Amino acid sequence: MPSNEEVFEKVREALVDALAVDDAEVTPEATMVGDLGAESIDFLDIVYRLEKAFNISISRGELFPDDILTNAEYVSDGRVTASGLAQLKNRMPFADLSKFEQNPLVQDFGNLLTVQDLCNYVQTKLV
Amino acid sequence: MRWFWIDRFEEFVVGQSARTVKNVSLGEEHLDDYNVTWPYMPPPLMIEGLAQSGGLLLGQMSDFKARVVLAKVGRASFDELARPGDRLTYEIRLLSQQPDGAIAEGTIYRNQDTLGRVELVFASLHGPEFEAVELFQPHEFLRMLRSMRLFEVARHPDGTPVKIPAHLLAAENAALAVTTP
Repeated sequence: MPSNEEVFEKVREALVDALAVDDAEVTPEATMVGDLGAESIDFLDIVYRLEKAFNISISRGELFPDDILTNAEYVSDGRVTASGLAQLKNRMPFADLSKFEQNPLVQDFGNLLTVQDLCNYVQTKLV
Repeated sequence: MRWFWIDRFEEFVVGQSARTVKNVSLGEEHLDDYNVTWPYMPPPLMIEGLAQSGGLLLGQMSDFKARVVLAKVGRASFDELARPGDRLTYEIRLLSQQPDGAIAEGTIYRNQDTLGRVELVFASLHGPEFEAVELFQPHEFLRMLRSMRLFEVARHPDGTPVKIPAHLLAAENAALAVTTP
């Protein structure tokens, strides 16, 4: 089982290759979209690199459960409802949703994930 | 000018890989346009050749109904330039496929020498905003595939030949009916 530092280094390498960013930009608190400039197609690339780097399999919707955000049951007036938030927390135990919870606009969800969330996710897959 | 950056397919294994050929000719104006005194094939057009090879490999998996586009070029490295008279071979291999797209790696050869390596990300365009978007006229698309001799070499992994999709044949027949009195 790799240490947290080893996981971070491999995640950083995957992000540097996929997003053409500098090593120094990839900090634990950096957000994937806002800080590192990831676009939707980049996540396909990132997922592939993480699968290869850690020899894991990442199913669609596991890392980014966007099906919740397109489900009318969990979204109202562009905001994720309380039951939607509960679903997100259940599906994304690796992510810190505390900030998003304060103003859960669907449009802001894309900028939720941080590098640390990604590392946490990988750790859950390695257990 | 035709936007064809491969001349023909030499090998095509459904869902896995393809090998195509590009002959570089001094008759192509872009060689001089790119570098007036010392003509060579612009590397971005070699990437486009790999992208066309990979895009068709990916598109075939939906009988060429999916709208597949090159979304991103990852690492691209070139060791040497291709010059008029060179016969280039492009090899493309699908590494990962998802409903939204695919990752592929491509290699460019001149004879036995490796000229370059490229990582490509393809996107499959879904959703209502793309419903009315046709990237190609189906009969013209089939004419291009025939010109590139794709169906002459395309095989499934078990070795059985790939058939021309019925919807493309229907479009071709309809176009011929219009143009033939």
